[in-house]
Amino acid sequence: MSTFSAIGEEREIDRDEYTPGVEPQPTWCPGCGDFSVLKALKQALPEVGRTPEETLLCTGIGCSGKLNSYLDTYGFHTIHGRSLPVARAAKLANPDLEVIAAGGDGDGYGIGGNHFIHTARENHDMTYIVFNNEIFGLTKGQTSPTSPKGHKSKTQPSGSAKEPLKPLSMSLNAGASYVARTAAVNPNQAKEIIIEAIEHDGFAHVDFLTQCPTWNKDARQYVPYIDVNESDDYEFDPTDRVEAAEMMRETEESLYEGKVLTGRYYVDEDRPSYGAEKQAIGEIPEEPLAERYWDDEYEWERSHDQFLDKHA
Amino acid sequence: MTDDELIWRISGGSGDGIASTSQNFAKALMRSGLNVFTHRHYPSRIRGGHTYTEVRASADPVRSRGDGYNFLLALGDSFARNPQEEAVYGNEEIKPLSENLDELREGGVIVYDEGLLDASEIPNFDERAEENNWHVYPLDLRGLARDMGREVMRNTAGVGATCALTGMDLDHVQDLMRDAMPEKILDPNLEILQTAYDQVREEYDVDAPDVSVPTGEHDETQLLMSGSDAISYGAIDEGCRFIAGYPMTPWTEVFTIMSNNLPKLGGISEQVEDEIAAAALAVGASHAGVKAMSGSSGGGFALMSEPLGLAEMTETPVVLVEAMRAGPSTGMPTKPEQSDLEHVLYTSQGDSQRVVLAPGTVEEAYEQSRIAFRLAYEYQIPSILLYDQKLGGEMTNVPKSHFDREPNPTLGKTLSEDALAEEPHSADGKFHRFQHDVEDGVSPRSIPGQKGGRFLATGNEHDPTGHIAESPDNRVAQIDRRTQKLEAIRADLDTVDTGSYAGPDDAQYGILTFGSQQGTVEEAVGRLNDAGISVKSYGVSDMLPFPTDQVEEFVQSVDEVLVVEMTASGQFRGLIQKHLGRYGERLSSLLKYNGNPFEPAEIVDGFEAAIVEGDGDASSHQTTFVPAAGD
Repeated sequence: MSTFSAIGEEREIDRDEYTPGVEPQPTWCPGCGDFSVLKALKQALPEVGRTPEETLLCTGIGCSGKLNSYLDTYGFHTIHGRSLPVARAAKLANPDLEVIAAGGDGDGYGIGGNHFIHTARENHDMTYIVFNNEIFGLTKGQTSPTSPKGHKSKTQPSGSAKEPLKPLSMSLNAGASYVARTAAVNPNQAKEIIIEAIEHDGFAHVDFLTQCPTWNKDARQYVPYIDVNESDDYEFDPTDRVEAAEMMRETEESLYEGKVLTGRYYVDEDRPSYGAEKQAIGEIPEEPLAERYWDDEYEWERSHDQFLDKHA
Repeated sequence: MTDDELIWRISGGSGDGIASTSQNFAKALMRSGLNVFTHRHYPSRIRGGHTYTEVRASADPVRSRGDGYNFLLALGDSFARNPQEEAVYGNEEIKPLSENLDELREGGVIVYDEGLLDASEIPNFDERAEENNWHVYPLDLRGLARDMGREVMRNTAGVGATCALTGMDLDHVQDLMRDAMPEKILDPNLEILQTAYDQVREEYDVDAPDVSVPTGEHDETQLLMSGSDAISYGAIDEGCRFIAGYPMTPWTEVFTIMSNNLPKLGGISEQVEDEIAAAALAVGASHAGVKAMSGSSGGGFALMSEPLGLAEMTETPVVLVEAMRAGPSTGMPTKPEQSDLEHVLYTSQGDSQRVVLAPGTVEEAYEQSRIAFRLAYEYQIPSILLYDQKLGGEMTNVPKSHFDREPNPTLGKTLSEDALAEEPHSADGKFHRFQHDVEDGVSPRSIPGQKGGRFLATGNEHDPTGHIAESPDNRVAQIDRRTQKLEAIRADLDTVDTGSYAGPDDAQYGILTFGSQQGTVEEAVGRLNDAGISVKSYGVSDMLPFPTDQVEEFVQSVDEVLVVEMTASGQFRGLIQKHLGRYGERLSSLLKYNGNPFEPAEIVDGFEAAIVEGDGDASSHQTTFVPAAGD
């Protein structure tokens, strides 16, 4: 039996395998957009052929962080904003794992914004799903980095004086090689985009619009939505950086004018993933590092034999 | 203070090559059969600013920087800006010659670069030289270097002059230059070395040196090594193959050594966006089955508080190193202090569930780096190695055989898939990663990718499968189990005994210290006993879990105890009193926090004044004596 026999296993996967026995029914509020992320993942994972035990799902803190309780895989429910550094290290330690990170807009674009920029910049081969509901939900309705200007909340009683953050543009500029936006109300597109994101060899960022019926009652339900790749009204090439940037800008602005645009915005299939870049300069071993600790034949190097002569 | 030792101070400006020159010189002395110990002093500046390194060499073991120095090679600060007496930083150009001149021993030697320095700018220089019987050699090192190569090679000319004036052969120095220097600069340097040596020998009567290099012999191969080297090699020998970090002085040394070496061993080093990420990456890599570390210095370590707590709660093994420097905030980045002790013990919310070890010497730094990893992985707990700019940067000779040990790459209680199948699972197949009743509180773990091992790691309180749970019974069971690990670790550490003891068992007085002050304290203890004062010392390394029994026994066995530490508030003394809960009347503190480590004489003087004479005066105006309660 190999060390990690769940990895690369070829078999039919039932989507019920991802439903945990302890808490099969999520405790998100009725009508919450988060259900759609869970559903899309449960549909996408069997389709890409990744079993629960070769998948590591790392989440942050917030309503979105509960995803780990409702999707039965190896899981790491980390701390607020820090899912990405935990996730990308796991990927470096064992590149054969399917690594998915998820968090909310406060988690990923606010407190974890620095990690988001740098993980995108490095182009780690992983998927990052941001549950974007333009509000802090778990702490009961405070203004978030994507809340619209003027949004009133308990902590911004006179309305926010800040422009909302532009997540798609930020992602593109930081270096993500796959950038998409989907919406909870669009389950078919969500599933397709999650599949593409998982299969993409590089950092795939999915901004997932998840309506919050409890704390963001003013917000749209993200309907009607328009798929910019399908609609005849929009003409752009997602492999062209400049056109992608312009489409993102229009999308981000129009969201606050009541028009919900979604789709694949940027796809760069040529840029090598971080793992490949690092391997090319000899800084990642060819075999997953995690395997070595189980290899009885491996002769572990000693500093005594390797490095001490220069001190003599 | 003895004359059978050389304490050679090379001083110049930051960027003048003081560090590399002194390292080569120290190694030459080591190769000639001597024991060596170096002490670095440098400013937090890019170029310029008074910098010196002292190299102490003796046939006897050397445990500290020693007191003062007996040979000064003053190169002058070639990067000095605004060399005016009235300038904020004073006349920086002359500082390498003028600074700490009163610490030069009687009969000592001064070689200074008259190409750059003018001794007449120093008030009463000639009178002081005569009074102290200093032997002064003004040499145009800059001119010599310029004529034969480049001005920057004046260090080499200074070393040549040093060898001539101390009766030291050039062989070892030449060998080292051949090892260390690229071809292009080797030849002019060798030529400058020889010429300076010959010129000084010709010009002065050097057959009876004013200060001579002692002779000694090693019976086995010695290595010149710093605490940062030793910590890194300890990690490598424990199978650490992943490091993540962000640059910060002085932790950068370990990060640099690991980053250069790990790729050669098929390991991974990551320089990341900040220290929160650095510690979180180490946690992520360890979770995925690799032995991992991170580290920083005070301010960067502050950012690691949250990932540290996450590692405690998820029981993810990880090793963090914390290289202390003078605080608070940015403090004095290149100066040693031990004042992060409480920060490292208590940072992060909730009850601390971590190991903190503070090695006292380079040898201990290697051993305790290994112990930190072993404990982290066997007990699934974060281990922190607490050291400082002094231990990290000072170099000393260590026998090569000290490192001739087997590697230990084991992951601790980590199950194979076969073993996992035998362990308890929930009906839905989730592995019970966090079982309530297990030996020593350690519940075996699985690694992502293993069949039959899936569980949830979470910073929330959780049930045996990792599922978030807040029931009182589960909460108590889980926190008691995690705390139980600390008791098991204490018992484990008792079998290793990381403490260092010096002086007679039945001594009347005691000195307690921790971390990098240990060697200096032990040297002072030797001198005090030679002077007829009965004193012993205990250098404590285990900060958490604390060796309460051993410390209590030590305190109980003596009349009075002086606690020596580089903090302003007596943090270590506070820790002792927290654990002992009594004996406060027997403890007093000798503190130093001016940016420079203790010299042994300061501890001797401080001890005599405070304990023996009982007048409570500190040994110098820059050490502080805190009298025992009730005095």
